[in-house]
Amino acid sequence: MSAMSDYRESRHDPAPSRWSYRLLRMMLTPFLRRLVFFGIPAFALAAGIGVYLSEQDNRDKLRMLYSEARLLLTQHPEVMVNLMAIEGASDMVDQDIREVLPVDFPISYFDIDLPQMREIIVGLDPVKDAVLQLSMGAGILQIEVTERVPAAIWRHRGGLELLDETGAYVRTVASRQDHQDLPLIAGIGADTRVKEALALLVAGQPLAKRIRGLVYVGARRWDVVLDNNQRLMLPEQGPIETLERIIALDQAEDLLSRDITVVDFRLVDRPTLRLVGRAMEDFRNITFLKLGDQ
Amino acid sequence: MSELYESQRTMRAMRKTALQRGVIAVLDVGTTKIGCLILRFDGIDRGEEGEGVGALAGQSGFRVIGSATTRSRGVEFGEIVSMPQAERAIRTALQSAQKLANVRVDHVIACFSGGTPRSYGVTGQVTVENQIISEQEIAQVMADCDIPDFGEGREVLHAQPVNFALDHRSGLSDPRGQIGQKLGTDIHMLTVEEKAIRDLAYCVKRCDLELAGVASSAYASGISALVEDELELGAACIDIGGGSAGVSIFLKKHMIYADTVRMGGEHITRDISMGLQVPMAVAERIKTRSGGLIATGMDDREMIEARSDTGDWERDRRVVSRSELIGIMRPRVEEILEDVRARLDVSGFDHLPSQQIVLTGGSSQIPGLDVLASRILGQQVRLGRPLRIHRLPQANSGPSCAGLVGLSLFAAHPQDEWWDFEMPTQRYPTRTLKRAVRWFKENW
Repeated sequence: MSAMSDYRESRHDPAPSRWSYRLLRMMLTPFLRRLVFFGIPAFALAAGIGVYLSEQDNRDKLRMLYSEARLLLTQHPEVMVNLMAIEGASDMVDQDIREVLPVDFPISYFDIDLPQMREIIVGLDPVKDAVLQLSMGAGILQIEVTERVPAAIWRHRGGLELLDETGAYVRTVASRQDHQDLPLIAGIGADTRVKEALALLVAGQPLAKRIRGLVYVGARRWDVVLDNNQRLMLPEQGPIETLERIIALDQAEDLLSRDITVVDFRLVDRPTLRLVGRAMEDFRNITFLKLGDQ
Repeated sequence: MSELYESQRTMRAMRKTALQRGVIAVLDVGTTKIGCLILRFDGIDRGEEGEGVGALAGQSGFRVIGSATTRSRGVEFGEIVSMPQAERAIRTALQSAQKLANVRVDHVIACFSGGTPRSYGVTGQVTVENQIISEQEIAQVMADCDIPDFGEGREVLHAQPVNFALDHRSGLSDPRGQIGQKLGTDIHMLTVEEKAIRDLAYCVKRCDLELAGVASSAYASGISALVEDELELGAACIDIGGGSAGVSIFLKKHMIYADTVRMGGEHITRDISMGLQVPMAVAERIKTRSGGLIATGMDDREMIEARSDTGDWERDRRVVSRSELIGIMRPRVEEILEDVRARLDVSGFDHLPSQQIVLTGGSSQIPGLDVLASRILGQQVRLGRPLRIHRLPQANSGPSCAGLVGLSLFAAHPQDEWWDFEMPTQRYPTRTLKRAVRWFKENW
């Protein structure tokens, strides 16, 4: 019967009180509304956080909590890297890489900075290039290393160095004997011109057995040193053509099997030969005899 | 005369500020329910005008953002009889509407049906000096109207110029710019008891709101329940509410007569309560669930439980047939309609070109009312529902909310009233500077 008694004579009156009505209207004013529903809560939140953080203990606690949480996440076995596999590197380089990389396994995936590691590895002298990748399932850090291939051996004041074809330093060696197959170059700045030296050697293939090495003179031109201390002085410009010319001369006239110490082609227009001291006397005598005959 | 319209002018100014702010509330203070709509004016439908749509009879340009109705307390015959109760009821409606709209409203336009409205036809005539009719001349002719003696303690609710006549041409709606010698006007003036307005204004003020307009609910129902051609050709709108039945007659889109019969649905309920010896609540329930006006043989067999709670079982478990109920309801409805008929006869409704009668209001939902009304009022009777307005809730779109919807339309597009026209120079208060400005305006 409640629905029926809810007629005009009913004592129940759903009217709001005057003050609740005023409160509602006040709360409907835009400024107050924004203040109450956004301004005050935001301020209270900011103030609460500020008060909490003003205590050193709380800050430490938070920091600790953060690091613990981080540890929990980063030390999860699924994201751990347990070992490093290096491919394409000789034992020495392998050891070097293991030494220089600043990682202690097992290490978390999140602590590994692959680009930086790659830079370190490539920074090693014998390493030409390196590809690093993480295989997350197995937890392995794979490093594929391309080593530099020594192309020449460079003798200088400090000792013997192996250089690759670009002239980059590979490593220092104690003795030439271990690297008989590599051509020898010498002279200050020879390492910067390895490519040219190698080209010269290719051009000098017919003399291959006799060539002892190349000397870079005055940081501008090459000398080819042959076995019995014969020296072919090549010009600054077009040394390869000049060498080919000398070889042609040798093949035609047996130039290099004569008593000559130096074939001087530094000025291409005015080639000069230097004879052995004894041979010079012989030459004079012969010339004199010829003149005498006349 | 200027002090007579001072409050109306301030209300117009308030309405203007409310429209600028974009939010206004309309409040219908009825005998059974108090309804409140909150309207937002944002001109959303402006673009739709043009393509043959028209101004949509003033429904465009606003939408309802909050609505509430509450059971009315302290109101009888459409008048406030108990200020605290009425204030609480109004506050309930306003609060729930504002809560729903989520907007704070400061201005309200209200309507009520009580206060024994009386219509007066007022005419004025003036000889025009400088031939072309301007607003100044219109103001003069309005000022020339002789105010009838409507008695002590009454106030003008509406004063709408419904017709202008220039020389021998009558029926002009806007004579401005035309040339003539004699300008005449007819004004329809509606007065109500001052106390009714004052009480309403006081209740609204107690709710911290400003009254931005007052209308007669008969007028409001008329503009919402009549369609455009009915407004134009002449029609009467009978708004049968809870405590009173409003009668308004429209012609050429102007209200030309309004009156109230101080009887309504509540009297029917009271008759049932007395006739069947049941409480008012039960009587109301019986009326709305099984009420009717045309008895058939079937109704003798249809039994209605007439329960009451006196504690006497024999008395509380009675049943009555529906014919008995109809026998109680019908005389009262006939009485209401005959009273309406009398008012229409007095007003000269017979002389209108069209005699369409539209029944609306909560009590117009009694089954069979249209048949009964056509016997008493004439053949052209239809049941009217209010126009649709944008976002009006379904619950408030029935005929019982015709006044509320009409008030929304009134808020959006009020008719020009006397106080909307400028005062003639001669009657201007002695503010010399303003007079000088006006003099310059008129002469250059």
